[in-house]
Amino acid sequence: MNLILLFLSAAVVNNFVLTRFLGICPFVGVSKKLDAAVGMGVAVTFVLTLSAAVAHLVYTNLLVPFDMVYLHIIAFILIVAALVQLVEMFLKKSSPTLYTALGVYLPLITTNCAIIGAVLINMNEGYNFIESVVHATGAGVGFLMAIVVFAGIRERIERCDVPRSFRGFPIALLAAGLMSIVFLGFAGLI
Amino acid sequence: MIKILKRGIVSDNPIFVQAVALCPALAVTSTVFNGIGMGLATTFAILITNVLISLLRKAIPDKVRIPCFIVVIAGAVTVVNMLVEAFVPALHANLGIFLPLIAVNCIVLARGESFAFKNGPLRSAVDGIAMGLGFALSLTLLSAVREILGSGTLFYGLPFAVTLPDSFPRTLLFILPPGAFITLAVLMAGLRFMGHLRRERQFSKEANV
Repeated sequence: MNLILLFLSAAVVNNFVLTRFLGICPFVGVSKKLDAAVGMGVAVTFVLTLSAAVAHLVYTNLLVPFDMVYLHIIAFILIVAALVQLVEMFLKKSSPTLYTALGVYLPLITTNCAIIGAVLINMNEGYNFIESVVHATGAGVGFLMAIVVFAGIRERIERCDVPRSFRGFPIALLAAGLMSIVFLGFAGLI
Repeated sequence: MIKILKRGIVSDNPIFVQAVALCPALAVTSTVFNGIGMGLATTFAILITNVLISLLRKAIPDKVRIPCFIVVIAGAVTVVNMLVEAFVPALHANLGIFLPLIAVNCIVLARGESFAFKNGPLRSAVDGIAMGLGFALSLTLLSAVREILGSGTLFYGLPFAVTLPDSFPRTLLFILPPGAFITLAVLMAGLRFMGHLRRERQFSKEANV
């Protein structure tokens, strides 16, 4: 039950993009087309889950016993960067179709703060292995949901007559603000 | 040098013109104290990484430069994180995970890649300070608007805090996450609008001549 709550809270109530502001760059950058948004969302969810698991293992088995917790920022970033590379190579060999679908987005994920953010939150909250993975998956699903809905909205905005000064970024941010208000409605859920 | 400064603060302003590094800009700007703190911490991080990358630019092979940059940046951010924790614990508590997240802030990497890797240490240092100040000023502006509209105070947490009279309506929304998106959108559009106006005025002047 607790795990379900944790998942829901990461995906909906504390949605990473709209209430925690993690991963705004890809959220605004890769949401012009719906299929691109789906690709990015899936890639982020995948890497997020994987790096949460690996980072938790490294943190508890390497950083804590050897008293190197102060190096956690460097360690986590290297883990994410290495994992992204690994996933990229693995996909290239094993599933070319998935690779061509996600290929472009994978390198971008290295500097996606949602990944490092989730890992850091796991560390600060002291989640155990299962909780870390569930929290990270929830965060990824929340990201996927937000970016797909947002891409749908932006495809509609493209066809509208927007005042000149608001074209592009400002109108997208306004739409994101309205979506964020919607997500505030989930606040009482848990 | 002055050109580099001006470019970082005005014409290539990281937030309002380039629209990068939005995550921290939106997340921590509910009070001016946090906004300025985040801005200065980031400035410091960009400064350190720019100088280090510029000094190491002949030693770093072209092919593996991005991983090298990332390690340098992560090191610099670790230092900044520790300094803030030691000297301004209140700020450290407010900024939370966004302080370590400077390490994945796109402007830090972007400045290393597009400027410091091609220029000498002194010019890179100036560029780092300029970009950092541009970022810090944008954050200050954004957080000032949100703090005034949202909680009716200004500079709360700093020695010269101002509280507006109770009759001033406070709109909770501006402190909450949606307020960040909306404030940034309106500010950005406003600045663009002024840019358009200025350009049009120039055009009409030229037409008259």
